[in-house]
Amino acid sequence: MSTGIASAAAHLTRPFATVSPRTRTRIPLIVTAVLLVVMFGVGSVRYEGFLSAQVVLNLLIDNGFLLVVAVGATFVILTGGIDLSVGSMVALSTMLTAWLVESHGWPLAAVIPLVLLAGAASGTLMGWIIHTFEIQPFIVTLAGMFLARGLCYTISTESITINDPTTKGIAQTRLYGPGGLFVSIPVVIALAVLVIAFVVLHHTRFGRNVYALGGNESSARLMGLPAGSTKIAVYAVSGLCSALGGLLLTFYMLSGYALHAMGMELDAIAATVIGGTLLTGGSGFVLGTALGVLVLGMIQTVVNFQGTLSSWWTRIVIGALLLVFIVLQRLMSGRRPAAD
Amino acid sequence: MTTQPAKSEAAGGVGRRLAGHRLLWPALILLALLLGNLAFHHDFFSVRIRDGHLYGSLIDILQFGAPLILVALGMTLVIATRGIDLSVGSTVAIAGALACGHISTAAHPGSVATMLTAVALALGVALVLGVANGFLVSGLGVQPIVATLILMVAGRGVAQLITDGQIITVTSAPYKMIGGGYWLTFPFAVLLAAVLVALTAFVTRRSALGMLIESVGGNPAASRLVGIRAGGLLALVYVFSALCAAVAGLMISSNVSSADGNNAGLWIELDAILAVVVGGTALTGGRFSLGGTVLGALIIQTLSTTVYTLGVPPETTLVFKAFVVIVVCLVQSPVFRAKVLRRRGTTTPRPHTTAGAAPQQQEAGA
Repeated sequence: MSTGIASAAAHLTRPFATVSPRTRTRIPLIVTAVLLVVMFGVGSVRYEGFLSAQVVLNLLIDNGFLLVVAVGATFVILTGGIDLSVGSMVALSTMLTAWLVESHGWPLAAVIPLVLLAGAASGTLMGWIIHTFEIQPFIVTLAGMFLARGLCYTISTESITINDPTTKGIAQTRLYGPGGLFVSIPVVIALAVLVIAFVVLHHTRFGRNVYALGGNESSARLMGLPAGSTKIAVYAVSGLCSALGGLLLTFYMLSGYALHAMGMELDAIAATVIGGTLLTGGSGFVLGTALGVLVLGMIQTVVNFQGTLSSWWTRIVIGALLLVFIVLQRLMSGRRPAAD
Repeated sequence: MTTQPAKSEAAGGVGRRLAGHRLLWPALILLALLLGNLAFHHDFFSVRIRDGHLYGSLIDILQFGAPLILVALGMTLVIATRGIDLSVGSTVAIAGALACGHISTAAHPGSVATMLTAVALALGVALVLGVANGFLVSGLGVQPIVATLILMVAGRGVAQLITDGQIITVTSAPYKMIGGGYWLTFPFAVLLAAVLVALTAFVTRRSALGMLIESVGGNPAASRLVGIRAGGLLALVYVFSALCAAVAGLMISSNVSSADGNNAGLWIELDAILAVVVGGTALTGGRFSLGGTVLGALIIQTLSTTVYTLGVPPETTLVFKAFVVIVVCLVQSPVFRAKVLRRRGTTTPRPHTTAGAAPQQQEAGA
């Protein structure tokens, strides 16, 4: 781009050129962490009952499913792709679980593997189409989004409430810690997923392939990395994570409904970006994604505590944060601001 | 703009040129859908004049499809530059909310002046939103999908803020005209959409503007080297897209005489992208077809209407759309054509990817 506006922006976009690349990629992460602490601090000063460890644990209880979905999205975004189908896959998972357990009397132990398998299979299929036919991930996962949401409605247009005692038992179990603090079983699962994702991304060959693919796909291919299978695998991981996220949401809501998780794909992408992962791929942290999810949850909590604010302020604040972090990413990445 | 070599153009007769025309498939799909409807409802094609207005299923499809045609029109130019605008749905909601909000609080809700002020207000804010998108994409070099995602997320909140979370109902005869009125027996919305499509086609195809946009979408670096001001053009298409979305938002809110910050224009960005892709404009940019987009939008609208008339739950339209997206994208994919269809020397626009190089060589050899 050769316009005046663009060349002026080119100067603007490199103020951090002297900072080492390693530090530069961490700056958004540090900003997010500081933001989280500041929000918690301000909340504690302003609202009574805000300053408690349980408020933090409630963030996890209320957003555990989003954390799992966002971890899956991080894998895809690290390769430079995007998965728009996750929200619909979550809804389809809640629907399938509720339908099989309630209307067909299937045992939960049989439904869980089936739902996870369905999620991983649909992710694999989308990844295969993206890789084999070289169609943009955006449009393939858009079709997946339509398909999953539409399938929800073909199962039922009504909400299916779950009365199955096993499911209710798991959903209502509280794991107590010291000081009367508690978490739910989904929180433990979500944290386990986070740890597994961290180990896979930073300590396995597959993880390094994901980063390499996102950094530069043709270079990765020339180096002999299995670009195709890695690409398919990240969409499979994303599908699996959204199915698991759907199961956790089922436990949280105790119902299956086609309108569950509307717009969750955007929340997952937002959490990933706010957590410091570059949307162009190749750079990012899955632990940052967890911070991003906590920031989104914290915004919701503050809006709830304020009481006078309406919930749509949450969307506006998330949008504003997204703007700040995306501009920050441009400033940090130090690449030429061209759409080449 | 045709991609076919001049040699085969001259060699082929009229029939062959028709068979190779890139609007052929969208037109055939639309025709098949309409005929399918005719099989279920024998008066599907009948158009009557009642009270000086045209009535009929075909008119309904045109009238309800008009906002989609407009949003897809803006989206076509954005996609031609290899971009995408996800924020149009939010812009639709904001425009409707602003206009209805202004009319509902005005002293004379029924006056023409109030209506014009409301329209100007909506278009003005849309202009600002378009400039903001354009600056992010062109000035800061943010990926279009990411840049417009911001407004997509925040925009719904803004629309809710304007309507205060309520559905604003307005009673204003001049405002009702935009989306629900009739002029010279035709629905006004259809005429408005037709005029805007014709104007856009005239400006992009009778001046160099369309070619410049395609050039930027095809190869930004090369465009820069030949002296095209890519930045300004990029910003321009986002502004145009936002303005189109605003007009669509006015139509939608005017048709139902109310603004709903939450549901107005929900999913319309996806329908618009679908319409553009079905119309033969590849998402990889560099080429666009306005006629294809109009056909595409009509296909999407007919598909929705068909699902209603078949008595299937309307929500399952999404499943049909999913299959349309996948089939259309597969047929457009050069790799799919090479692997599965094994067709050579086709006239479908080919995206400028490295993968496109091999089939093009085939085409030259054929």
